[in-house]
Amino acid sequence: MSRKSNLHHLTAPLIDNNPVTLQMLGICSALAVTTALDTALIMSLALLTVLATASTLISLIRAHLPSSIRLVVQITIIASLVIVTDQVLRAFAYEISERLSVFVGLIVTNCIVLGRAESFAMHNPAWPSFLDGVGNGLGYGMILMVVATIRELLGSGALFGVNVLPLAVAGGWFEPLGFMLLAPSAFFIIGLLIWAIRTRRPQQVEANELVILTQEATDQP
Amino acid sequence: MIEILIKSVFQENLALTFFLGICTFLAVSKRVETALGLGAAMIVVQSLTVPINYLIFQGLLVEGAWGWAGLPEVDLTFLKLISFIGVIAAIVQILEMSLDRYAPALHQSLGVFLPLITVNCAILGGSLFMVERRYTLPESVVYGIGSGIGWALAIVVFAAIRERLRYADVPEGLRGLGIAFIVTGLMSMGFSAFVGVTLP
Repeated sequence: MSRKSNLHHLTAPLIDNNPVTLQMLGICSALAVTTALDTALIMSLALLTVLATASTLISLIRAHLPSSIRLVVQITIIASLVIVTDQVLRAFAYEISERLSVFVGLIVTNCIVLGRAESFAMHNPAWPSFLDGVGNGLGYGMILMVVATIRELLGSGALFGVNVLPLAVAGGWFEPLGFMLLAPSAFFIIGLLIWAIRTRRPQQVEANELVILTQEATDQP
Repeated sequence: MIEILIKSVFQENLALTFFLGICTFLAVSKRVETALGLGAAMIVVQSLTVPINYLIFQGLLVEGAWGWAGLPEVDLTFLKLISFIGVIAAIVQILEMSLDRYAPALHQSLGVFLPLITVNCAILGGSLFMVERRYTLPESVVYGIGSGIGWALAIVVFAAIRERLRYADVPEGLRGLGIAFIVTGLMSMGFSAFVGVTLP
């Protein structure tokens, strides 16, 4: 494979083929951990590690894997990797792993990991699979970071826990929007983000199921 | 007890406040009938897996569970993820086979949704929340039923809205996934009105 197409595996999932906004994978966990930047960052790193390692491993053994049991093997590999990640987080960043609560464990059922393993790593050599894993991990992480930045900045006037906007209670001018810390805001932000990306990349727009007749068309005798 | 039920259906709805099972939620909600089928399957599986995972966790994995075998210091809690996934997959498989054998009509309508449920984060999430919140056995039964109902309620309502939405003139870039997110957000806002509802 040429150098250029290898690089393509890394860059394509960033915007053109983003796992969250276009492939609709892994949304579950993408939203719950984005009330603060540090949890979002840790979550992205955890997913990136698991995704890249799982893709590489599955790609290495793909020739020896009977297709009837491939899902079980894939899930076992992914679950083992997630357990290791979870234990590492508990050992070195206990406080953050408490705040992430069940969501690190839920990487197991995160559709990105299984989806990429199934659709890419099963048919490609180890190196492109690794790059694809990293690329998708970065694409996921990017969405998470964007959403978390908006939510933490507007919700508590801080970035990474450091106060950026002077709060009204401390004599400043910024009144925190509590709404940003609640669940609905995450849905709105991702929805608007998808809108923004699709305005820049019109080929991603979904076809209308029912075309609405224009006035001229209905006026025809 | 009733408090846990109400809480898991409305205030801590798995789909709308914890974002669990959103992948399936968005993918299988184009029609109300399919949403109903998936919701029913979800209630059944969730109310079975949470108590069974409770028994497995308390009986085999928790620290000191192997005391009777002379191994009081064994702590297998780190295995909970992999065993929960195994239990869920096994239960779904058994359920599918027994439905096929004893209730073919039900299998016809629910069967296609069962495999989908194995990889649904709401099921695994329910079991993990059960461990994290230290529910007892009766509480975990109630929590399983309640969270299943909550999820089913959310997807049926969402599918109903989406059916109407097909006739709407949505801006180009927002079509499909984008507007689905906005609608879910609005629903989630609606559900957040339940926060603070307590029984006398």
